[in-house]
Amino acid sequence: MAEMVTLTIDGREINAPAGTTILEAATDANIYIPHLCSNEELAPYGACRLCMVEITQGERARLVASCIFEVADGLEVETNTERVLNVRKLVIELLLARNNKHPALRKIADELGVKETRFPVEQKGCILCGQCVRTCREVVGVSAIGFSGRGITRKVATPFMEFPPDCIACGSCVYVCPVQFIPMKEENGVRTIKGFDYPMQKCSKCGRYFAPKKQLEYFSKITNLPLEHFETCVGCR
Amino acid sequence: MKARIKKIIDKYHSNKGFLVPILLDVQREYNYLNREALNLVSAFLEVPISQLYELGTFYKAFSLEPRGRHEMKLCTGTACHVRRVPLMKDNIERVLQIQAGETTPDLEFTFETVNCLGACALGPILVVDGEYHGNISISKTNKILKKLGKKVKIDEEN
Ligand code: FES
Ligand code: FES
Repeated sequence: MAEMVTLTIDGREINAPAGTTILEAATDANIYIPHLCSNEELAPYGACRLCMVEITQGERARLVASCIFEVADGLEVETNTERVLNVRKLVIELLLARNNKHPALRKIADELGVKETRFPVEQKGCILCGQCVRTCREVVGVSAIGFSGRGITRKVATPFMEFPPDCIACGSCVYVCPVQFIPMKEENGVRTIKGFDYPMQKCSKCGRYFAPKKQLEYFSKITNLPLEHFETCVGCR
Repeated sequence: MKARIKKIIDKYHSNKGFLVPILLDVQREYNYLNREALNLVSAFLEVPISQLYELGTFYKAFSLEPRGRHEMKLCTGTACHVRRVPLMKDNIERVLQIQAGETTPDLEFTFETVNCLGACALGPILVVDGEYHGNISISKTNKILKKLGKKVKIDEEN
C-alpha cells in the first residue's frame, strides 16, 4: 500500500495515495475537473492547461495544472474559484482558435459559458495535446510520429513529413485523438492513415483482411514467434 | 559516412542523453543534418528517427537543409525594424534571389532574419559569418555582398 495523504478539494477532505495527481484524486472523489491532454495510460504531461486549479500551501495560493501536480498532506485545492474559471475560459478560447468546431471542445466551452473565442480562428484541427505522439511512444513503443518545429509552427509530424518508416499502422493515434484529427479508413485490403497506405493481411483460414501486415511483423519481432503464427485472425485460431 | 558517424557517437560513449551535442557534431561534419546521417545515428543509438527529426526541427541551431558557405543574419527586432530593416531585407532578398530563411541554389549564401541580437544601439545589424556589422544601410549590405563575391548590379548599389 502506498502511503496515504490527506488533502481538501473544494472543502472536502480526501485521502489519496501519495504520488497521485490532483486530477486523479479529484476524479476518484467524483469531483469533475475538465481536462483534454491527460490520459491515465500515459505519463503526466500538462499540455492543454485546461485542468488548472488553485492550490494553497501555507500562505500562498497559486494556479497549477492538476494533471501534473501531485497531492500532498494539507494541500488545499479549489477547482472552481473565479481565478480558476478565468484561466480555463482563456484556455478554451485559445483551443477554440485552433479548432472551433469539434463537439468535445464546444461542450467544454459551453460548460464554461464561452460562446466564441476572442482570437482569430485558424482552424488547425489539432490542439497539440500530444496524446497521439505519446501513445505511439509510451504505449505502442515504436515512436513513429513526433512533433516538429516549435512555438506557432509546432505540429504533429512524421519524420521529414514523409511516410513514417517505423509506423505499424496500429491506429492507436487515431483512436486516442480527442478531436478526431487523424483520419483512418480501410478499403480493399489497405488501411489508410492520414494519407499513408498500409497493406492488410488476409487471414490464412477465413480470408478476411484483419490486421495491417506491418503490425503483425512487429508482433512477430517483439514476441520472437514466427510470422505465420500471426497470419490467422483471432476468430480462426 | 558510417565510420565518421560511429566516431562521433563513440566520443559520447553511445549515450542517448547526448543527442543534442551528437547532432551538433554531425552537423558540423556535414554542414547540415542530412538524412543518411540521421538514419545512421538513429540506428546506432536505437533512437527512433521521429525523435531526431523532432530535435532537428526544434532547435534553431540545427538545419535539415544544406547551409550556404556564408551565413547572413539580419536583425528584424523592434529597434532595427524602425531603422528601415525591412527595406534592407527586401534588397538582400532581391540580390540573392531567395527569401529570408532560404539558401541560394549554389550553396553560397544562407540568409535569415533574427529577432533582436541584444545590440540595439548598433542597429540596424547584419551578422555575416559571425561578424557583426552595425549601422548598416542598403549600400553597405551591397558592399558586403560584393566582397563575398556576389555580383551586385550598379543600379542596386544605393
Ligand atoms: S489535462 Fe492537465 S494540462 Fe491538459
Ligand atoms: S532590435 Fe536589432 S539588435 Fe535589438
